[in-house]
Amino acid sequence: MKKDALWLRANVIKAIRDFFWMRGFLEVETPLLIPANAPEEHINPITTLSSWQLQTSPEICMKRLLCNGHQKLFQISRCWRSDERGTRHLSEFTMLEWYRSDCDYQTLMTDCEELLQYVAAVCQPDRRTFMRNSLQIDPFSPWQHITVQEAFIRFGQVDVWDCLKKGLYEEILTSVIEPALAEYNTPVILKDYPAELAALARTKPGNRKLAERFELYIGGLELANGFSELNDPEEQRRRFEEANRVRKNAGQAVLPLPEPFLATLATMPESAGIAMGVDRLVMLTSGAHTIDEVVAFTPEDL
Amino acid sequence: MLFKNILREERMYTVADLKKGLKIILDGDPYLVIAFDFVKPGKGQALYRTKMRNMINGSLLDRTYRSGESFEPASLEERTMEYLYKEGNHYTFMDQQTYEQVVMEEEVLGDSKNYLLENLKVEVMLFGEKAIGISLPNFVNLRVSETEQWAKGDTSGNDSKPATVETGYVLRVPPFIEEGELIVIDTRTGEYSTRVKG
Repeated sequence: MKKDALWLRANVIKAIRDFFWMRGFLEVETPLLIPANAPEEHINPITTLSSWQLQTSPEICMKRLLCNGHQKLFQISRCWRSDERGTRHLSEFTMLEWYRSDCDYQTLMTDCEELLQYVAAVCQPDRRTFMRNSLQIDPFSPWQHITVQEAFIRFGQVDVWDCLKKGLYEEILTSVIEPALAEYNTPVILKDYPAELAALARTKPGNRKLAERFELYIGGLELANGFSELNDPEEQRRRFEEANRVRKNAGQAVLPLPEPFLATLATMPESAGIAMGVDRLVMLTSGAHTIDEVVAFTPEDL
Repeated sequence: MLFKNILREERMYTVADLKKGLKIILDGDPYLVIAFDFVKPGKGQALYRTKMRNMINGSLLDRTYRSGESFEPASLEERTMEYLYKEGNHYTFMDQQTYEQVVMEEEVLGDSKNYLLENLKVEVMLFGEKAIGISLPNFVNLRVSETEQWAKGDTSGNDSKPATVETGYVLRVPPFIEEGELIVIDTRTGEYSTRVKG
């Protein structure tokens, strides 16, 4: 079984690569070991003896390439997040990220549709679908779009801002919303997150309470997170500092800021970027129940 | 209590230690983690969902934890002991090496009581000084104390009949088993397995 899974994994990665090459994206490799990631409240980097960190995402370097004038970029690389291990998580995992200048998150949603249709057609030519918990999900049928606000009201009869205030956001999202999204037999785009959950996303023009951020769900599995990029260095610094303040209060390490990134951010054109979990995409392509089934070795195997 | 002191010296578990098979103390009772999942919505806080079984009464418990929480490890010990006797609904076992005795109530033993014959060696699970369960050998030999005679030429078509063994346990046995015979019972299913020849 493992042998088949590894072949499928290689095919999915090749399909991703072909897809972006055919569309004129530049494939890049940026350093995995960096002095500072973008500090986030709930992402813990692995810090090495030299005090540099393994990347939690290649976003910092890829956005600096956008500042240098590159317009369409993609990268498939390893990322590390400390202490994340479960049926859908590995501390070391493979991420696909792509970035485009002169567009917003809408374009990324279209990219997602085309990419997933391509992967399904190439890697599962017979059924051309994804599988999750024995449900077939068809990327060729019209995708569902739901705003976060709508989803919390429709599936949980609660207000998302109220949940955030009471510290119930994660609980409702994972125990009510995600199981509801698992019922859809098409991919679902959950979009327009409360600005509190924006991280590096810009807020919606004309509505500062919402961020232009979306997540792609297939069979209830969170597959990708994309947004229109914030390119205001002051606002970005304020958010990093706020993340560090929350971390400090929670007894977590305060993280260094990626200063060269902040210094060039003002020169970044309007752009959008997205991160997609490659291991999870392989899970959905094969119908695997756990991430363990789609990697050559888990940490426990080593 | 000696046991409490030993516990205090042990390292506490954190949420990162949670996994299937972990034994922890909650509200004074030992719990076995029987299912565990790590969930973390994008940009959100990690949640650690567990399903646990109370190791004393078997009840199930669902709990969700967040990072930063810690747990007291439940130190459990299995010791080979011999079953001595029953008094009322209390069963007494003894460690043959230390002559230490423990007493367990009938409801804690559950179905295991059906196979307890004096001098039977069992594994007693100890939570501190408290015995919380036993594990039996997979097969035990017990003598049939009461069963009806198999009438030759019986055409009722029954391929089994009830029999009472020396512990008082009643089970179905094949028609040819007679009173006084030694039979082998599978303690995992409670069913007749074979008869002891000779």
